Amino acid sequence: MTTSITKVLLNRRNDIFQEWLQQQLSAPTRRADLISEAELRTESDSFLTALTGAVRAGNLSDIRAPEYKPVLEILARFSRSRGIQGFSPSETATFVFSLKQPILSALRKSGGNESTELVEDMWAVNVLLDKLGLYTTEVYQEFREGVIRRQQEEMLELSTPVVQLWEGIVALPLIGTLDSTRTNVVMEGLLQKIVETGSELAIIDITGVPTVDTLVAQHLLKTVAAARLMGADCIISGIRPQIAQTMVHLQIDLSAVTTRATMAEALRFAFRRSGSLALEDSRRSSTPK
Amino acid sequence: MEKIPILKMGDFLLVTIQVDMHDQMAAALQDDLTSKIAQVNAKGVLIDISSLDIVDSFIGRMLANTSTMARVLGAPSVVVGMQPAVAITLVELGVNLGGMRTALNVERGMAILRRDGDNPDLDGAARGHD
Repeated sequence: MTTSITKVLLNRRNDIFQEWLQQQLSAPTRRADLISEAELRTESDSFLTALTGAVRAGNLSDIRAPEYKPVLEILARFSRSRGIQGFSPSETATFVFSLKQPILSALRKSGGNESTELVEDMWAVNVLLDKLGLYTTEVYQEFREGVIRRQQEEMLELSTPVVQLWEGIVALPLIGTLDSTRTNVVMEGLLQKIVETGSELAIIDITGVPTVDTLVAQHLLKTVAAARLMGADCIISGIRPQIAQTMVHLQIDLSAVTTRATMAEALRFAFRRSGSLALEDSRRSSTPK
Repeated sequence: MEKIPILKMGDFLLVTIQVDMHDQMAAALQDDLTSKIAQVNAKGVLIDISSLDIVDSFIGRMLANTSTMARVLGAPSVVVGMQPAVAITLVELGVNLGGMRTALNVERGMAILRRDGDNPDLDGAARGHD
């Protein structure tokens, strides 16, 4: 049965190709705004060639076999480029699925087949193209997930800036929920900055942290403990009234940490702590507090 | 065996850990330091660990113990220059370093020791960080 399919793919290649292209061009999922006809033609051509080569080996069921490697490579490249261009997954998979009809009609036209044989051939072609179509979706998905992962990592980096407020005072405005990965990034960034600037005080502002549960509190306390080991003190500021209530209800012990309601209060405290030096500086440069 | 040098600077002792410590070395340091404090009647000890990259729970506990021992002998101590990675490791290990005082660098550490010297009536360890 594979021989007849191979024969059809070889002998009627031109018919199949033309019909397929025609179908892709007239399909409702065609995105003329995203891809030109010439590009589509090259892509279709290389895919059909690779597919014919793979089918010739007589294998129609296992697309993980070595002879399908070039086909999968083409599809993977294709899916990724479609993903970048902004095609939806179904539009991407339609590329493969739309090949069904041309091949099936070519099979029918080639004639001479017993009807049972014809049905078997059609079924085999169907299954093969389904698998290849699903493969494009898989690659597409993987590609998208890669993008999401990368963005998450970037967000981690972006969302934890450590700023120097004054000589000897750094601040870390936390925004978003704290989980263990983020805590580690935050902690490393803060400690690194403390070393770089030689700061003895760090203000951790949690105004942007939506909820504080025991886990988040534990992460905060860890950061404070690590900073303390290096010889820097932490002040936690930006504790909203609801969060203060939650903390007390959860019996989170913050007695070892200095806490203030606002960043401004924390800064005032930091100035007092770091003594007259900072105050003198602030007066001399007449910067408003 | 390598030894960690203990330098005397005025009333204070200066311990600079320049190599990765192994357990035996840590034990030897405790011996040397305690006897040196008693010998020279030191008023304070400064332990610089800025070149220490790797710690385990034993070394962490050893540092805390050494601090406590020094305090018992009347020489409050300060551990200075801990690397971020080391601090994170010690926190993750959950080593209890309650009695240990820390400072960012040698200069700040010295300032703390001098302040202690000026207020001999206050117990350095009890004050610690507020």
